[in-house]
Amino acid sequence: MTTATTIGPSTVNVQAAIDRFQAVIGSHIASYLEACIHCGQCSQACHFHEATQDPKYTPTLKLVPMTRVYRRHKAPLAGVKKLFGLVPPELTADDLIEWKELIFDSCTMCGRCTEVCPMGIDIASIVGLSRQAMTAAGVGPSDLWEAAENSRTRGSPLGLTPQLLEDRLEWLADDNEVEIPLDREKADVLITVSSIEMMKYPDSIVAMAKVLNAAGVDWTISSKGYEATNFGVLSGKPDIAKIMVERLTTAAEAVGAKTLVIPECGHAYGAMRWSGANILGRPLTFEVVHITEMVAKLIRDGKLKLKPTAESMTYHDPCQISRRGGATQAARDILGAFAKDFREMSPTANHNWCCGGGGGVQAMGSAAELRHKVFQVKIDQVEATGAEHLVSSCANCRLTMDESRQALGWTREIKSLVEVLADQLEA
Amino acid sequence: MTFLQLVEGPLWYLAVVVFVVGVVWHLVGLVRLGRSVDRSAARSSGTAGALKAIALHSVPHGGNLGRTVYHFVTGYAFHIGLFVLVLFAAPHVKFIHDRILGVGWTAMPRWGFLLAAEAAFAGLILMWVRRLTDPVMRRLSDADDHFGVWLIFLVMLTGCLALQEAHDGLRALHMLFVDILLIYFPFGRLMHAFTFVFSRAYTGATYGRRGVTP
Repeated sequence: MTTATTIGPSTVNVQAAIDRFQAVIGSHIASYLEACIHCGQCSQACHFHEATQDPKYTPTLKLVPMTRVYRRHKAPLAGVKKLFGLVPPELTADDLIEWKELIFDSCTMCGRCTEVCPMGIDIASIVGLSRQAMTAAGVGPSDLWEAAENSRTRGSPLGLTPQLLEDRLEWLADDNEVEIPLDREKADVLITVSSIEMMKYPDSIVAMAKVLNAAGVDWTISSKGYEATNFGVLSGKPDIAKIMVERLTTAAEAVGAKTLVIPECGHAYGAMRWSGANILGRPLTFEVVHITEMVAKLIRDGKLKLKPTAESMTYHDPCQISRRGGATQAARDILGAFAKDFREMSPTANHNWCCGGGGGVQAMGSAAELRHKVFQVKIDQVEATGAEHLVSSCANCRLTMDESRQALGWTREIKSLVEVLADQLEA
Repeated sequence: MTFLQLVEGPLWYLAVVVFVVGVVWHLVGLVRLGRSVDRSAARSSGTAGALKAIALHSVPHGGNLGRTVYHFVTGYAFHIGLFVLVLFAAPHVKFIHDRILGVGWTAMPRWGFLLAAEAAFAGLILMWVRRLTDPVMRRLSDADDHFGVWLIFLVMLTGCLALQEAHDGLRALHMLFVDILLIYFPFGRLMHAFTFVFSRAYTGATYGRRGVTP
């Protein structure tokens, strides 16, 4: 594999990038590329620009490589414009190398820039597609690619193989005296896991099991398909993205699941709930819900009895669950059921600031310093609420915030919503 | 044939044909690029999301208006001023009646013209000043951005000069820049006057199905 640290113009396959750019430009993407008027308002909504005030982090600059290919090769009237020398020059290897930081390290695909854009341009989706082109050319972060390849070969970006999954679940079940069903033949609900939770925050898995068991849910985890995170999507490797979706689909269909539950992971929700059927090429035969949506429903249905708490809490919205996922209300319904002093951040819900590590940025070593700087935006938001506890429902956000708070010396702990909820279960 | 006859005659017709054919060609070509079907199970209506986004993105939402109020005020001042001038300035109403539609409407009074022109000029100039001075906009701007602004500025300036219709030359100059504007329009970023609807609608439809309007 070509690594980010060793690439040079001679090793970059520019034509592969040009071909991929052209392949992914449909009418919706073309309308985005056409509509940008270079007003720069998107910079005001981007946490990377907010934290650095560096114009290079203006979101719409990320459109440049794709726009150049589009205007040169695919745009209507490109032929006429070519006659007058009005098309941009061909993309070069140096261009791709220069844009690597913008396409990968400094975009979490949080979609906040779209809110402020007078044209409503979905820059995040263009970044996702641009990553495919950059990766095809051999330009990108090697650690992100490695995580994706791990998913292909070992089942998970963090090396959570089926055997390791079984071992860890058995250990967690024994240690915590909780039933965690694995590979039941049939179940209504297939629970998936994030390897970040499993390897770094295993208490989340225990908490989820306690909640599901308390509500009497008919559930299982499957060793055929368990990893919810999809680094194929994040790294620009569509073949791996499809493998990950196929594994979950196969597992869900094998157990006859009516519902597949995505754990506390933001991008995993987007990858399966909104992109899964499109990646697979057919509709899914089961519904996909985020764990917060499932738990909110269990609470609404009266299946969970919770003790109230007076401790003040605030909630960080994972971008792919709220702004880009539409499941914004679920976490608030859960918190509303037991947190008597819940304090919204400002801005909040669909407009909340990103943690700085979404879109695979968390996994990029080259982005670490920048994302720590960006986290100051979140610190300021949380401090302004005065809440005692910061809660979220994404293990990736949690890991990002944990690493950044240590780097910045911020002492507040970030908690999992499901873990907090499990603590409030009536005995 | 006088210069005025040229720019109001053959060149005007050529400009209109290039504009109409170019814009239609451009938009049809854009739509013909196609888009794969979204197979995800919708939570809400994509059509409603598209309509909502077209309306919602007229104002920066998510609490961002305060951060972009300069763009908001200058942008609306320019666009509203320009549209009022194009549609309700007395010479335009007469031109539309005599040369384009065969029907007309009441032109705005002189004070309305002055107000609209001042808003349009102020908005355009302030937006351009921002493009020259703001580090973000300077980084983004290319020749097309500046050319479009200058073309519109010259159309508006010569339009004001021609207002009294004291000299055919001034009217001809105005028409010349209008013709150039129409011919350039389908090839440059001025096309945002049409593509903004597509852009907003596509985003609105995609995320409307998810139950959000980003």
